[in-house]
Amino acid sequence: MDTLNTLFPFGWQHYLMGGLVIGSGVALLFVLTGLVGGMSSVFSSTWSFVSRAPHFQQTRFTSSRIWRLVYAAGLMLGALLWWLWLGDGQPQRTEVPVGLLLLGGFFVGYGARLGNGCTSGHGICGLGSLQWPSLLAVLTFMGTAFLTANLVAWWLA
Amino acid sequence: MNVGGLNLRGLLVVLLCGALFGFGLALSTMVQPEVVLGFLRFEDWGLMLVMGGAVVVTLLAYQLAPRLLRRPLFGERFHAHVANWNRDTLAGAALFGVGWGLSGVCPGPAIAGLGTGNWALLWALAGIALGALAQGLRARS
Repeated sequence: MDTLNTLFPFGWQHYLMGGLVIGSGVALLFVLTGLVGGMSSVFSSTWSFVSRAPHFQQTRFTSSRIWRLVYAAGLMLGALLWWLWLGDGQPQRTEVPVGLLLLGGFFVGYGARLGNGCTSGHGICGLGSLQWPSLLAVLTFMGTAFLTANLVAWWLA
Repeated sequence: MNVGGLNLRGLLVVLLCGALFGFGLALSTMVQPEVVLGFLRFEDWGLMLVMGGAVVVTLLAYQLAPRLLRRPLFGERFHAHVANWNRDTLAGAALFGVGWGLSGVCPGPAIAGLGTGNWALLWALAGIALGALAQGLRARS
């Protein structure tokens, strides 16, 4: 019991349930439509509407840009339903400074697209299809993320 | 209407699957950057359960569906996630981790978090979109 409290000071059930629901979404998307639903591609495929750059005009982006946007809208809809049903009526907020959100976001976008996947693309879809490059990618970004988050915490302290 | 092999009914299915994904992200509290940063600072191991739970369910579907079904109900075929290991994957994953560690935000939760009214995440979304733009403009193909 003590170990559980140390590892999961806020409880563990909602984490496991949340993960299973996330997995159900990705799994059903594949079973019903055959699509592999990582999230970072939407940030490249959507640029294909406005940018003529050859990278964005690849078929893999132009042919998937509609469903990826619909999928992203679904993400917001699902979180909204959670908020209406189980939320406390207050909009959520974050204390992370705007500069860190913007700068961190930039690295997240650049890195995920250069490395062809993010937490869901390499993490859920890649590991789910037993791809060893995805495992290496996950270990790499976990490593640099642990390092960065602790350096920032130490620096801000 | 037919986009990417999907008719309107197929797109509705995509929307609902996305909604499950987003509901799970909110339920797991991963939409809150503070929770992610707490995990990355070894204060709370909950995200291992989120990732583990999601991977197990996805693994089952990815392995079983193509063996049991000739084709998906609303699609033409089962697609495959092809990952390669090269210098770009290594550099990209490393950079992604730096950004994730700075902000506590990754693409899925940044999008889903808007559904919980966390408008500050628009800054993260802007950053992600600009990062993806810069990567695409620099890329050779």
